[in-house]
Amino acid sequence: MGLKSNLHQLKEKYKGTKMAPAFNALHTFLYLPNETTQGGTHIKAADDLKRTMNTVIMALLPCLVYGMFNAGYQHYLALGDIEAAKGFFGSTFWTWDNLVIGMWKVLPLLIISYGVGLAVEFLFAVIKGHEVEEGYLVTGMLVPLIVPIDIPLWMLTVAVVFGVVIGKEVFGGTGMNILNPALTIRAFLFFAYPTWMSGDKVWVHGAVERDQLIASGENLDAISGETILGAYAQNNSVVYDYWDMFWGLIPGSVGETSKFLIIIGALFLIFTKIGSWRIIVSTLIGALVMGLIFNGVVDAGWIGETNKFYGLMNVPFWQHLIIGSILFGAVYMATDPVTASQTNKGKWIYGFLIGFISIMIRVFNPAYPEGVFLAILLMNVFAPTIDHYVVQGNVKRRMKRLKVKTN
Amino acid sequence: MSKDIKIKKGLNIRLKGEAEKTLSKAPRSRTFVIRPSDFHLITPKLVIKEGAKLKAGDVIFFSKTEEKIKFVSPVSGIIQKIERGAKRVITEIVIEADQKDDYLDQGVASIVSMDGNEIKNHLLATGCWPFIKQRPYDIIANPDVKPKAIFVSAFSTAPLAADFDFTLMGKQKELQAAVSALSKLTDGALNVGVGKNSKSIFEGLKDVSVHKITGIHPAGNVGTLINKLNPVNKGEVVWTISPQDLVVIGELLLTGKFNAERIVALSGSSVKNPKYYTTKIGSEVSTILYTSGLNEEHVRIIDGNVLSGNKITPKGHLGYYTNTVTVIPEGDDYEFFGWNKPVFNKLSVTRALTFSWLQPKKKYDLNTNTNGEHRAFVVTGSFEKVFPLDILPMQILKACKYEDLDEMEALGMYEVAPEDFALTEFICVSKQPHQDIIRKGLDLMYKEIG
Repeated sequence: MGLKSNLHQLKEKYKGTKMAPAFNALHTFLYLPNETTQGGTHIKAADDLKRTMNTVIMALLPCLVYGMFNAGYQHYLALGDIEAAKGFFGSTFWTWDNLVIGMWKVLPLLIISYGVGLAVEFLFAVIKGHEVEEGYLVTGMLVPLIVPIDIPLWMLTVAVVFGVVIGKEVFGGTGMNILNPALTIRAFLFFAYPTWMSGDKVWVHGAVERDQLIASGENLDAISGETILGAYAQNNSVVYDYWDMFWGLIPGSVGETSKFLIIIGALFLIFTKIGSWRIIVSTLIGALVMGLIFNGVVDAGWIGETNKFYGLMNVPFWQHLIIGSILFGAVYMATDPVTASQTNKGKWIYGFLIGFISIMIRVFNPAYPEGVFLAILLMNVFAPTIDHYVVQGNVKRRMKRLKVKTN
Repeated sequence: MSKDIKIKKGLNIRLKGEAEKTLSKAPRSRTFVIRPSDFHLITPKLVIKEGAKLKAGDVIFFSKTEEKIKFVSPVSGIIQKIERGAKRVITEIVIEADQKDDYLDQGVASIVSMDGNEIKNHLLATGCWPFIKQRPYDIIANPDVKPKAIFVSAFSTAPLAADFDFTLMGKQKELQAAVSALSKLTDGALNVGVGKNSKSIFEGLKDVSVHKITGIHPAGNVGTLINKLNPVNKGEVVWTISPQDLVVIGELLLTGKFNAERIVALSGSSVKNPKYYTTKIGSEVSTILYTSGLNEEHVRIIDGNVLSGNKITPKGHLGYYTNTVTVIPEGDDYEFFGWNKPVFNKLSVTRALTFSWLQPKKKYDLNTNTNGEHRAFVVTGSFEKVFPLDILPMQILKACKYEDLDEMEALGMYEVAPEDFALTEFICVSKQPHQDIIRKGLDLMYKEIG
């Protein structure tokens, strides 16, 4: 009982001081607080925001671990040191060497993301005198999963500070923000340092470095880390088969390659009732519909094989779900309850448009062939508008009731 | 015109310590207390002083804004003390009770021959009016506005709440008198909601429309009944009244005596022998607590049910509208890694390492811990699953918080009472005080719109 009572005494000591939020944040991390109900309901359900966020983190962990192995795997594969793994349990994938590279590259991203982000959160909590909120627990986990493996750490630091301050704190913290903070961070990187966020060199560890060596005159082979979307966009042939895409044995951002693990995470979130199945399902429907439309355009012969959009438009509609990051975005990003639509009907519209616009940007923007994060940010902005019209539906029903009465 | 109502959205909170269906007579309380805070937005204007001698039914105070509404003594005795709080607001009127009640004779009312106006004046004069509440605003009814309908819920679904089928037993005569009289005060129906599988005493009565309700809490809330039958529109008023108060009104009409006797369920996991007691409005809660005994010392005593009752001390008194007293353990202790370890002994509507979904019939021993800290609204879509009214719960709560009167009105503020938001408050991950938010919103509207 020593720790518990000591911490309790410290809490009483810090009460009312500037540092109280910072202390409480650490304290409540160890112990569920001793707060009791005052007025209102005298009992409360077991869930709090920490538990909710923790559930999302648990759903993300498999993607993180997989991302570490994949970082090493893609690196050695590109160097030609190992054979391609056949399937999810391929012998050259789950190796110690791969994990070491992955940990060496991914853990710093994770530490920067949490360290810098939480430092900003604590700073704001102390300055503004509110409690440290849990929202960043998920954001901090998402950030390393949606950036290229070789992103310089200083860039990530700048982006995290920007994302937390502009994406969240200026609005008042978790629950008040308009844009998804993790995607704000990604968008900042994307527009501030585009050469580090797209192209065919950033997705495999070592590719950029190798390029620089070649440029300085060394006689080496370039490492290609072209993503599938990149290949389609340039009408190149794709070297991966569908199972590679599904299992995730492909280059891409750290955590978004394994569709298999994302689906497991999605099922977990839906089962625990933390993630909104409405948004996930409607996003996928939206993506499929847009994919079908593009397939229809190709089938109708309106564009020829020489057209620069042909490659991506000709991708079978269902395949859009296993390439790029649409699945990751649908499951972990679009479902952020703060920035998504809040009404159930609104969630259907919101998700559908995310899927629809994602594929549209993906096809029509061959320079940067992934539109999921842009589509989600766009719909974040429109979510309140969608909700407004759904709420008006409820209001109109009430007005109609009154009108029927008075006639 | 009877209608069957089925409520699917909601949550039955099963708690340990349900009151056993045996009735005991509570020992006579030494003092009785009337708390003006039980009568929301009423400013009392006293008509007696400390030391005055009262009969049961004598007027103690009336409402400063509506002098017709009078509040009477539940027992005979002497005014011992008038407690005042900040700004000299009266917090308690303490009556030292006689050994035996001496009733003021208010005369037998001939319900059949009296018209609506006469009945109304009789109820106002005899101190029965405070039992009648109105929506909008969930306050004591304005006697000058005729309601479009009257609603009574005789179906109890709140956790550990008194079972009306038990507490109303044998009160057929009184209930009939009360509903016959009250039905003259409205052009619409006097609607009573009863449980479909219960044998409610109301089914044999005249002058009422009985509606059978099935489903989970808040199926028994009168707000749910109103919303499903005849929702309140702008400019309309409905009245609500609790069945146990109908008994008091009925007895007064039949005998001329204001008999504040009522049956109260003493329940909760901290009570040794949870059961029903016959007691009176305003009596000391200790009279029944010590008869039944407590399992532990560190407890929360609730005047009402665990969702919308008031916290009182062991020296406290029963409220004016109370028919349930619940005692549960206080939860002011820390829990190591309480936010992330699997939870088996608490109730949850998610499955986020909470396992109450495995045993839907299990009864829980919940304490008063908030299980987390207060945060801004984050999670969406969960309130709707426990909220059966055709109202958007989170949107109306937010409208109340930023005090947008137009939006509050448009979203259905006229229809709701704080207790309608008890379940959403219970499950709220951000631990927001929903009932308090709604109460403040209603008060603001009352002040600004009236």
